[in-house]
Amino acid sequence: MNTDVSNAHDEHHDADHDDHGPDKGIGRWLFSTNHKDIGTMYLIFSLTMFFIGGAMAMVIRSELAIPGLQFVHPEFFNQMTTMHALIMVFGAVMPAFVGLANWMIPLMIGAPDMALPRMNNWSFWILPVAFGILLSTLFMPGGSPAGGWTMYPPLVLQTGDAFPFLIFSVHLMGISSIMGAINIIVTVINMRAPDMSLLKMPMFVWTWLITAYLLIAVMPVLAGAVTMLLTDQFFGTSFFLAAGGGDPVMFQHIFWFFGHPEVYIMILPAFGVVSEIIPTFARKKLFGHDSMVYAASCIAFLSFIVWAHHMFTVGMPLTGQLFFMFATMLIAVPTGVKIFNWVATMWRGSMTFETPMLFSLAFVFLFTIGGFSGLMLAVAPADVQYHDTYFVVAHFHYVLVPGSVFAIMAGAYYWLPKWTGHMYNETVGKLHFWSSTIFVNLTFFPMHFLGLAGMPRRIPDYSTQFSDFNTIASIGAIGFGLSQLIFVWVILTAKQGPKATDRVWEGSHGLEWTVPSPAPYHTFETPPQARIANEAFE
Amino acid sequence: MIRNTILSLLGLSLAGTAKADWALNMPKGITDLSLETYNLHMMVFWWCVAIGIVVFGVMIISLIKHRKSKGAESATFSHSTTAEIIWTAIPVIILILISVPTAETMVKLEDSRNPDMSIVITGYQWKWHYKYQDSDIEFFSSLARSSVEARRKESGVDPFSVENYLLDVDNPVVVPRGAKVRLLFTSNDVIHSWWVVGLAIKKDAIPGIVNEAWFRANETGTYRGQCAELCGKDHGYMPIVVEVVEPEAYAAWVNSHDAEQ
Repeated sequence: MNTDVSNAHDEHHDADHDDHGPDKGIGRWLFSTNHKDIGTMYLIFSLTMFFIGGAMAMVIRSELAIPGLQFVHPEFFNQMTTMHALIMVFGAVMPAFVGLANWMIPLMIGAPDMALPRMNNWSFWILPVAFGILLSTLFMPGGSPAGGWTMYPPLVLQTGDAFPFLIFSVHLMGISSIMGAINIIVTVINMRAPDMSLLKMPMFVWTWLITAYLLIAVMPVLAGAVTMLLTDQFFGTSFFLAAGGGDPVMFQHIFWFFGHPEVYIMILPAFGVVSEIIPTFARKKLFGHDSMVYAASCIAFLSFIVWAHHMFTVGMPLTGQLFFMFATMLIAVPTGVKIFNWVATMWRGSMTFETPMLFSLAFVFLFTIGGFSGLMLAVAPADVQYHDTYFVVAHFHYVLVPGSVFAIMAGAYYWLPKWTGHMYNETVGKLHFWSSTIFVNLTFFPMHFLGLAGMPRRIPDYSTQFSDFNTIASIGAIGFGLSQLIFVWVILTAKQGPKATDRVWEGSHGLEWTVPSPAPYHTFETPPQARIANEAFE
Repeated sequence: MIRNTILSLLGLSLAGTAKADWALNMPKGITDLSLETYNLHMMVFWWCVAIGIVVFGVMIISLIKHRKSKGAESATFSHSTTAEIIWTAIPVIILILISVPTAETMVKLEDSRNPDMSIVITGYQWKWHYKYQDSDIEFFSSLARSSVEARRKESGVDPFSVENYLLDVDNPVVVPRGAKVRLLFTSNDVIHSWWVVGLAIKKDAIPGIVNEAWFRANETGTYRGQCAELCGKDHGYMPIVVEVVEPEAYAAWVNSHDAEQ
């Protein structure tokens, strides 16, 4: 059945003009149905958003460097925290993983392209529109949304002219994600190389398959929540308005029913990337491939039943609190399995430390620290103290920056030679790694102390006893921001290095390394031979 | 602007000399339950440290010993059911050890029966309103004058020169030591959250909903906190001050209030 679908797909391509290679000029990008081109666009878009969101983080950290207001007014500060989060979550991290998926999933499973190439084009090109709309709110009367990325009513209903634009852009982001997810599911289910059973799939494909189901399950929930906000604001409904008999807390339940799976949407593909890289540079097979799959599936399932741990202070019944606390703690078990498996993969390997491996090792270390603070946050009475403080800010930045973002960086370095056909500059890559790692810790580690000492999050100014750690965090943040310019330099000079071999890395494994470097515009136009494929899996 | 940038860069040394307070940990607070919360926090923390030592220890040994440059040859194993059962079971046991005392504390936290007094706390953008249910006492509590002037952009006032910058109010809440105080929370506009770290109480004040929490202070003193739920532009400027006084002083405070009204 797999072969049939692939053949049908090839015929479709033959009828098209794609065999001549890419179009010339802007048309190549605007009308592209090629998974590699679309993947590249996703990645460039994501990097752009990473810098825009990062610039907002620089505004935030500059203002917080010392007590007193120096640079911005509180209204604008709140706009920055809100926009920073929306852009980083929906504009930087998620599209980066979709970009990696577009590039690598067809190569990893031996498919000629994504299953639904035109929809692929559409799901990318919605994104610049969505973020164009969101960013345009910066110039509107009343400014950007300033009620936090969580958009809690009634506060979010006080947003100025930006309000409907916020809702519309979130809808567009959701549509884009859902289409991307459908595409990945259809591709993975139908277009695998012959003999590639589900359990033989590489971990990156597995984690993305699970992520795609999470996306399909929860993005419509977010769309529903924001639509209710829209009707509350403009059409006289009272879903969340107490005065009309509504319930503001209901929004939080709906939002976090989306929001908690969302955090796994941002971390599961990262698990996949790291699970590809560590075996390559440890020159040893991934330990416990199947249990990794089961662990990721468990995490995905549990992510649906823990949402209210974001809401331990809203006044839930005791039984509710207990349920959500126990369920949340349970997530530590499959997450632990993943970490132990990575460590067991390294154990008695033959390790080298190229840039992708360095980022992956930092991922394992620092994501684990984020996991520890996550376990602490699960303890409900302690969470009451941590909730909405810098402790939480430290926690989720540890899992998102040296977690997701480092995994994206690791993936970029790992596959860059396959994309460009040249080796990047290893010395500069290592410089990027070390400065990022030092500064990311300098930024986020002191935030734990700030939160425990009593500093709430989302405040533009603070009492003087919090000044020392804030100053350190600000210095770290500016250092981290500047370090990312090194990454841009690596990308810009990526084609100047020596030619890459097809395998690129000594310990590489998998179908993506059987095609030439750079990967030709069309790959696997006929499915790979079962024998070759099998060798690649081993 | 330039001056401020330089100040930012020098902030570390400046701050160090002006008011060195490297608070690293959660305060133990002044109620039995805040101490229990602190103890739970420390218990999970030490579990994390222990797990971290094991996991990071194994990883670091591996990073040092099993590297190609040291001539390490990679092993071929890629599965061990025994190991996987062990490292699934041990975390489950640790979680049970954590969750039992936690659940006990949670039951106590929810037991607000038979209070000695009740205070209704209403969040406003951006101040708090307190109403003592058993008397006529009610008042708004806003950011203290000294901070209001210093907080403005380019105010020219050094925050370090303001006592309790952003953590001082005009009218503090006064409660007697030893009494079981029940707090009822609601809001007049958007969601706020009433947080005093020393009492280990953080509860959302939500329009249309009444939440409750309680505490029994064991020590007298002044305890400060802030709104913890983003509530608009002045979210950072609606602090909370709770003064715990001896019962006699509290009675005197109530009388003086009655006389005023």
